[in-house]
Amino acid sequence: MSKKFWRQGEPFVWATGLALSLILFLTLLLFYVVMANGLTVFWPKKVALATLSDGQHLLGEIVQEETIPGGEKKRLQFKIGNRDLYGLDFKWVDSSEITNLSFPKEVQVIERMEYGNFYGYLSELEVKGLAPPASGSNSLAQTIAALDDRKNEVRLLGKKIANINRRVELIDHRLATALYNKEETTPALAALKGEKSGLKTEFEALVTILGEKAAALATNQAIFTDANGRTKAISLPSIVRTYQPNGMSFFAKCGYYLERLRELFFDEPRESNTEGGLFPAIFGTVMLIFLMSILSFPLGVLAGIYLREYARDGWLVSMVRIAVNNLAGIPSIVYGIFGLGFFVYGIGGSIDQFFFPERLPTPTFGTGGILWTSLTLGLLTVPVVIVATEEALGSIPPGIREGSQALAATKFQTLTKILLPMASPGILTGFILAMARAAGEVAPLMITGVVKLAPALPLDGVFPYLHLDRKFMHLGFHIYDIGFQSPNVEAAKPMVYVTTLLLILIVLAMTSTAIYLRNKMRQRHSIVDV
Amino acid sequence: MLATDNAIINIDNPQVEIEGLNLYYGESQALKDLSFGITAQQVTALIGPSGCGKSTLIRCINRMNDLVDGLRIEGVIKIDGENINDPTLDVIELRRKVGMVFQKWNPFPKSIYENIVYGLRIAGIQDQAVLDEAAEKCLKRAALWDEVKDRLHQSAMGLSGGQMQRLCIARAIAVSPEIILMDEPCSALDPRSTARIEDLIRELRGEYTIIIVTHNMQQAARISDYTAYMYLGEMIEYGPTQTLFTMPVKKETEDYITGRFG
Repeated sequence: MSKKFWRQGEPFVWATGLALSLILFLTLLLFYVVMANGLTVFWPKKVALATLSDGQHLLGEIVQEETIPGGEKKRLQFKIGNRDLYGLDFKWVDSSEITNLSFPKEVQVIERMEYGNFYGYLSELEVKGLAPPASGSNSLAQTIAALDDRKNEVRLLGKKIANINRRVELIDHRLATALYNKEETTPALAALKGEKSGLKTEFEALVTILGEKAAALATNQAIFTDANGRTKAISLPSIVRTYQPNGMSFFAKCGYYLERLRELFFDEPRESNTEGGLFPAIFGTVMLIFLMSILSFPLGVLAGIYLREYARDGWLVSMVRIAVNNLAGIPSIVYGIFGLGFFVYGIGGSIDQFFFPERLPTPTFGTGGILWTSLTLGLLTVPVVIVATEEALGSIPPGIREGSQALAATKFQTLTKILLPMASPGILTGFILAMARAAGEVAPLMITGVVKLAPALPLDGVFPYLHLDRKFMHLGFHIYDIGFQSPNVEAAKPMVYVTTLLLILIVLAMTSTAIYLRNKMRQRHSIVDV
Repeated sequence: MLATDNAIINIDNPQVEIEGLNLYYGESQALKDLSFGITAQQVTALIGPSGCGKSTLIRCINRMNDLVDGLRIEGVIKIDGENINDPTLDVIELRRKVGMVFQKWNPFPKSIYENIVYGLRIAGIQDQAVLDEAAEKCLKRAALWDEVKDRLHQSAMGLSGGQMQRLCIARAIAVSPEIILMDEPCSALDPRSTARIEDLIRELRGEYTIIIVTHNMQQAARISDYTAYMYLGEMIEYGPTQTLFTMPVKKETEDYITGRFG
């Protein structure tokens, strides 16, 4: 009986099942943690008013509750905000000290451009040049909305100034080139200088107007009181949005959630990246993977084809194969260092010397940028693509090759018309793996071109549209940066979860697309009937 | 064995002429001094025990062996008087003239239609009407038309083994070769499918020169006009099938065809 049990391999079946369940469990756990924390970040939480035993009051969101080690007592962590008043956003309170806990409807949460959230009550609105706001719970939001036109005006002014700045920069470059080429006295140069001084005057005038308008706008303010009656004036233009979570209906909360999602996807980050949106980071991540694919996919496929189809088998090819396989095992930081040394300083530095000598010592390409990062990541993923290509080509039955060549096809025709289509699902599988690996890498990016905050996107409407020399933002680096480098880690935590979730979703979306494509190809080119 | 040996008949006006063919895989010799001719538009069968070099021999005729590393050929193979081992000869032209059907059917993972017109497309023919006509003609010729005419654009992978092999024959015919090499085309097929392929070979006789390698002596007797018996890389006997099977000159041949050996 027991002999039969062992012979049939029952324990082995259990072991295989167990191994799979363990892996599934860990993966699901990870996914659950990220989802549970990431998805709830933007849901408005109730703000509690706690009365303490010493008579003080406290207003804030209850973040977590835990038992104090070594006792039965519990304590609550409140997010009390008002960093400009209290210095700290978070506070632990023993539950025994709380005499009363309520959720007053009129509590306002004010999201600000600076200093994080403010929790308090609205006491007064000081508005100039606007019709007096209708009284009621919406008066604050209405007043802020009424200022939108003027805020936009200020924003447009800022854009205009940035434009002038860019033009001045271009002129400066041309002047530097002329200086470098020792053509200091040509009339063209004089014209340039004239244009520059004209722009400067315009610039200064605009800055003055901007300053006046912004100051005038900032005088519109609202006076709030905190839980203990301290007053605080907040200028209206610095308020991002306000809401009263304790009085919100379910649909209002949904609306708020969607608005925050919109902000996440389309807006720029604020408050050293712990607030606001992630648009530049999302854009950078997707563009990086895209560029990396463009660079590494053809290179890897071509190299794989050569190794399998054209190289004559021998010790040299075996060595190359071993080397390629080992490349996949090198720590990614080593690739980063190589990228920094070879691409950034080596190639980038040479480009600067030959093409942009007038700008030196300010580097143009000789510093981190999305091109170098993509190349580094491409180098890191190319071995996977090579191996996949080789294996996909190698798994095609030799009869198929012979069949094609017997029909008077050349080797090249056989390759392009028969072998590559048949190998494409396998090649794509390797490519998907490579893409997933590249999307999750952070270490090599940090030293070849990713920054905490990039002033401009690598792709925009200004000639030459694609700025491969620019530094960029990346979700993976964002996670590291706000999670571990932020001065206010507690406040940044929700954003870490959101960013992680977003990165996972982006990778999932990209690999799903690739898998969908692969399955289509598999259907068309499979040797097995489907 | 010399060509003048009376066990190997002389063919007048042969289409394929083999003179003193020696073939080596590295150090070992696979074909030993073969000299014989093959008549045009007849079926010539090569029989012999496994490993005797039959497949190697026919793969020389369309230079399929070019793909094999470490292989060396001596001697001359002429088709219509032209030496095909001449380095200046265009091997693509040769293969257009000499088609091949393999032991294991090998349709491409494309539609039935695309399989048939593959050779034509490779040759640069793009005219849709020409391709359509060729596809229909070749499928009819290969007795496959009635079975697949409604699913020409479905994957060839959905066909049965026998159908796939007939598709491969149709595919070979499509490029209008003069000679068709068949390397044990029925060895992996059931008797019914085998019978259909044999019918097809009889049909094609008179239009194409067919050289077929087979393990099945009854098959050789049924379909071929000439038969060659090979053993260990040498040609033992070669003559009209009737004569070889009824009155073999050599003792070895008789032993083999009567089943006492092999």
